[in-house]
Amino acid sequence: MMTRVLAAMMALMLSVSAGLAQNGPLRIEITEGVIEPVPFAAPAFVAETAGAGEWGQRIAQVVADDLVGTGLFRQIGQQAFISQVTSFQSPVAYADWKAINAQALITGAVQTDGAGNLVVKFRVYDVFAGGELGAGLQFAGTTEGWRRMAHKVADAVYSRITGEGGYFDSRVVFVSEAGPKDDRRKRLGIMDYDGANVQYLTDSRALVLAPRFSPTGDRVLYTSYESGFPRIKVLDIGSVQSRTLEQGDATMSFAPRFAPDGRSVVYSLTTGGNTDLYKLDLGSGATTRLTSAPGIETAPSYAPDGSRIVFESDRSGTQQLYIMPAGGGEAQRISFGDGRYGTPVWSPRGDLIAFTKQSKGRFHIGVMRVDGSEERLLTASFLDEGPTWAPNGRVIMFARETQGAQGTSSLYSVDVSGRNLKRVRTPDGASDPSWSPLQ
Amino acid sequence: MTPIKALILGAATLSIAACTNPNRFDNEVDLSATRAAPAVDPASLGPAPNTPEYFQQTVGDRVLFEVDQSTLTAQGRAILDAQAAWLTTNSDYVAIIEGHADEQGTREYNLALGARRSNAVKEYLVSKGISDSRLRVVSYGKERPIEICSEEACYAKNRRAVTIISGGLTS
Repeated sequence: MMTRVLAAMMALMLSVSAGLAQNGPLRIEITEGVIEPVPFAAPAFVAETAGAGEWGQRIAQVVADDLVGTGLFRQIGQQAFISQVTSFQSPVAYADWKAINAQALITGAVQTDGAGNLVVKFRVYDVFAGGELGAGLQFAGTTEGWRRMAHKVADAVYSRITGEGGYFDSRVVFVSEAGPKDDRRKRLGIMDYDGANVQYLTDSRALVLAPRFSPTGDRVLYTSYESGFPRIKVLDIGSVQSRTLEQGDATMSFAPRFAPDGRSVVYSLTTGGNTDLYKLDLGSGATTRLTSAPGIETAPSYAPDGSRIVFESDRSGTQQLYIMPAGGGEAQRISFGDGRYGTPVWSPRGDLIAFTKQSKGRFHIGVMRVDGSEERLLTASFLDEGPTWAPNGRVIMFARETQGAQGTSSLYSVDVSGRNLKRVRTPDGASDPSWSPLQ
Repeated sequence: MTPIKALILGAATLSIAACTNPNRFDNEVDLSATRAAPAVDPASLGPAPNTPEYFQQTVGDRVLFEVDQSTLTAQGRAILDAQAAWLTTNSDYVAIIEGHADEQGTREYNLALGARRSNAVKEYLVSKGISDSRLRVVSYGKERPIEICSEEACYAKNRRAVTIISGGLTS
């Protein structure tokens, strides 16, 4: 469904605003510590055809929700507006927006036809500089894909104001959980990054664990107990068809992740009690053993350039993080703090490793530089685990399980700065999130 | 848990079928003895020694582990000695050894830890003369706790390897 929308969607320049795109004073540096959210106004997008009004309302709301959800922006309610925006082309009454302290103004317009096509255009204004921030943009798609178009608008606004890549037009694959701890049923779910449009990719008959997106977002790797034993599988999201990648004599295969080129998979294979990392070429089916220590080597993650792999190993006696060349070879330990370190995930920007840390009976999500320096813990709870990066490397999603017999698992997100911790809504319990690339 | 129950039921049916043939004479004696002493309720006798139920309830189907360990304890080895003796006597049966971990650990590490535990049990049974071909191992990591409190009393019971007896070799 989404691929059709994607194919139908195109962006084109509406116009180049007078004075060219300017980076005025409206700028958020999101690497800074405490940030006062930037107030913005996003009036309902103007309906330019009959029947488009509903879409104009909904799209403006999703754009606003995306921005507010970052913790970097604050929406000014419509009741405060002095001016109304009734035409996309009319000049902006800057004084009226300044008067209500709207630092950013987002205006837009929508057109629909009888055939389900939807056109969305928008402009971003730096109210206090009195000019447009970047040029107007137009997206064409279908009403079915209206949320994606709204996310694309929000991504553009976010990028123009922060200078960072966006992440709203993205999806998350996860494990949906139902039932009590001693009878938990799990199936693969996929949804928009904000929890909308949940669909299920497997049923609950076989236990499934730890899905991971392909670099192009079209396939998912995961571990399934379909055969009674854990085996790695790949699933095509469009057709919802899956196949088992490895079914040898080993005890189990698990923890599969794609290489950045999408052509091979690194995973764990357990023989007897020993777990090592292997690489599987998806084209030829050939496997290469990457580690040979007697310990547990698992939870691999490629560097974005494909040159190295970070993974966890207990070869020192406890779970710690190591980096080795992508083809195997000598590994360097990078974690040296108190406690145990697992589930390392390389940032899409290449600069940081996110991990799960266990220390003194608590679990943390944290980040460190690739050389192990500047470790920072972002969360603390009874059980936080399994970080995954937003496509822009600025936000991390993870699973949090609550304590006790009634404990359930939910998804949370947190900024890489540790700010803006919040729950991601899912219909049931959820764990093992994996964030897609920007679509 | 449903697949495990299904396995046990299946195995019980097989074992009954297995005893009626070679042990026909013994069975007849048992039946007449029961008739001669109606005061004894047959249900109170418990499962017959050659059944998976007996293995589970009387021999002991599980061993427990310390935190983050897969080393067998003295108590664990004693249970496995009894398991090995039972498996030696009841050579028609095969077993799947399930390794489990408590919830204090990351998912994939716990899968590997569960595999270490089930493998430790398998290696011990093999060292006691049980054929490698009769034993399979599987790990559930922290996915299948039997006790659900978040305290050591529950964790201790969840850090386990369970030997599940299933269908005979000839089945």
